[in-house]
Amino acid sequence: MSAFRSLSLAMLKGLLRDRTASFFTLVFPLMFLLLFGALFQNDSVSRSHVLQFGEVAVLDEMPADQRRDLSEALNVEQVRDRDEALARVSDGDADAVVWQDEDGRIELRYSAADATRAGTVQGLMQSLVQSANLAETGQPPAFELASDQVEDKSIKPIQYLAPGLLGWAIAMGASFMSAFTLVNWRKKRILRRLWLAPISPGTVIGARIGVSLGMAFLQTALFLGVATIPFYGLRLTGFWWLAIPLVACGTLAFMSVGLVIGAWAKTDEAANAALQLVIMPMAFLSGSFFPLDSSPDWVRAISNAMPLKHLNEAVQGVLTRGEGWGAALPAMGGLLLFAAVLTAVAARLFRWDDT
Amino acid sequence: MGPLNVSNAAGRPEPGATRGPTEALDAARPAPPRGPAPPRFGHGYHRQVTKNIPAIAVEGLRKRYGEVRAVDGVTFEVAHGEFYGILGPNGAGKTTTLELVEGLREPDEGSARLLGQPSWPRDPGLLRRIGVQLQASAFFEKLTAREQIHTFAALYGVSSRRADEMLETVGLTEKAGTRDDKLSGGQAQRLSIACALVHDPELVFLDEPTTGLDPQARRNLWDLLREINAQGRTVVLTTHYLDEAEILCDRVAIMDAGRILRVGAPSELIAELGVGNLEDVFLQLTGREYRE
Ligand SMILES: Nc1ncnc2c1ncn2[C@@H]1O[C@H](COP(=O)(O)OP(=O)(O)O)[C@@H](O)[C@H]1O
Ligand SMILES: [Mg+2]
Repeated sequence: MSAFRSLSLAMLKGLLRDRTASFFTLVFPLMFLLLFGALFQNDSVSRSHVLQFGEVAVLDEMPADQRRDLSEALNVEQVRDRDEALARVSDGDADAVVWQDEDGRIELRYSAADATRAGTVQGLMQSLVQSANLAETGQPPAFELASDQVEDKSIKPIQYLAPGLLGWAIAMGASFMSAFTLVNWRKKRILRRLWLAPISPGTVIGARIGVSLGMAFLQTALFLGVATIPFYGLRLTGFWWLAIPLVACGTLAFMSVGLVIGAWAKTDEAANAALQLVIMPMAFLSGSFFPLDSSPDWVRAISNAMPLKHLNEAVQGVLTRGEGWGAALPAMGGLLLFAAVLTAVAARLFRWDDT
Repeated sequence: MGPLNVSNAAGRPEPGATRGPTEALDAARPAPPRGPAPPRFGHGYHRQVTKNIPAIAVEGLRKRYGEVRAVDGVTFEVAHGEFYGILGPNGAGKTTTLELVEGLREPDEGSARLLGQPSWPRDPGLLRRIGVQLQASAFFEKLTAREQIHTFAALYGVSSRRADEMLETVGLTEKAGTRDDKLSGGQAQRLSIACALVHDPELVFLDEPTTGLDPQARRNLWDLLREINAQGRTVVLTTHYLDEAEILCDRVAIMDAGRILRVGAPSELIAELGVGNLEDVFLQLTGREYRE
């Protein structure tokens, strides 16, 4: 067997036989996907919850097919008490209340707490009223604004959960494993021993990167495999395969995070703690678990500085939004640059021995 | 070169005289061939060796760690086929000396030539010809004994069959499926030595191979080391066990505070200082105050 293959195999076995590490880096994120995907399965993000008080002609007299279309975006609930309905909206329990005055005016009350949601409801009601007005005149519309969301109309949580959780999984796997390899190989003097073997440093580094890339691709395959089964219902768009080079660049970027921490940390425990402190907040701030569209500006500013955010966004773009090279290339470039800078930092911090 | 052409200027101690006391314990293990032995380590010995250059030539090595002069001007030579010991109390600079000689660290001053080639900067061609056992066993994580030695074999381009033979030679065939952290101290040392020898090196460095072993394991390991040397390999070992040095080594260098105090065959040193054994030589040269 070649030195490269046998080193790769030795690393792979070492990583997979570490039950705790392989559970947390490989199985755990996948469990999140299985769980979150199932929990939020019927909860389309663009579906708004509107309370209807009394009769509202534009809603009540809607043809059946139009009503079915609308139900993908709007969940209408009949209520008897307007004050109670208003209270529910201000509690955030529902998105808006709608009713009709005696003179035919349609009243919509929404909460400003969730601006995006309020905008959606408002827009929807507006278009309903307008098309009802048009229908009343009996004329075809003079102008028509054909607008559509970029995402698939009924955006399902799986479409951001799968890319987001995959990004998190890649970040954990690559960073933890490269940090642990570095710490343990230093502690066990394997680094020294390899120096004394007639192999090039390129072989060792190449094997280590190869193992991480292999693991990342395996994770990607598992994630996409699970997310695309009908139960979860992820629909991939044209350039979905661009996720592969994106995942590769992300792996390099997060391996470099692991290298910096591994070069700094003296023990597994220290490396583990430092990685948790870095990776978990980064995953939250990068929208791995929930979208950050409605978060405050300062959160989004921090988020923009996170490499994982750009990986998540680009992967989501190519997987589910039909984006292509335009979305992938800048992210790939940024991730590689990030990897180069952090690897240089790790090289400065690098020690052969613990002493 | 024949595998047995191992005598050197200093002369080897009479085998019967020094090896007697270990005989009883050796009986527990199949006795390795004493004296002339066919090369059991695979490929045999056909390498071109220029006899008139020493196997190891070290000149004026120095290494400081901050204020500590770990190695402070060390010069010595080791002949081909010689069994050479470096003795010294803890912190004397034995490990650092060995690491400088092996080319694991860059010396601040001085040079080490192995088989005629400088050991620093790193030279993969030379690394193929030397075998190193580090002071703490360097094993891959969570691999079994067999996987460890197969990995090392692959790093040196050696076949798996040869790796299995080596495992057999050190008596670990039964432990082949055991992970490194489940091996006893003696088994781990033997595995570590097997990994150092798997590529049939001409020059072997062993850093305190017997420290922490029980008497049985120590004596078994001595047999193994003698066998290695009997095949014509040059062996350098560090130890702070004087009996070990007296029994195994053709010549010893006694080291303290980064310097070599005296070099010679154990019997010569004992005679020269007019004391009873190597331990007395050692204590006379290095003093009796506590170390580390
Ligand atoms: N990597 C290192 N960094 C700093 N000091 C060291 C290092 N290695 C060894 N030393 C110091 O150098 C001296 C010699 O150590 P060493 O060569 O390990 O001695 P020995 O092997 O004879 O016990 C000791 O004082 C030790 O503390
Ligand atoms: Mg030492």
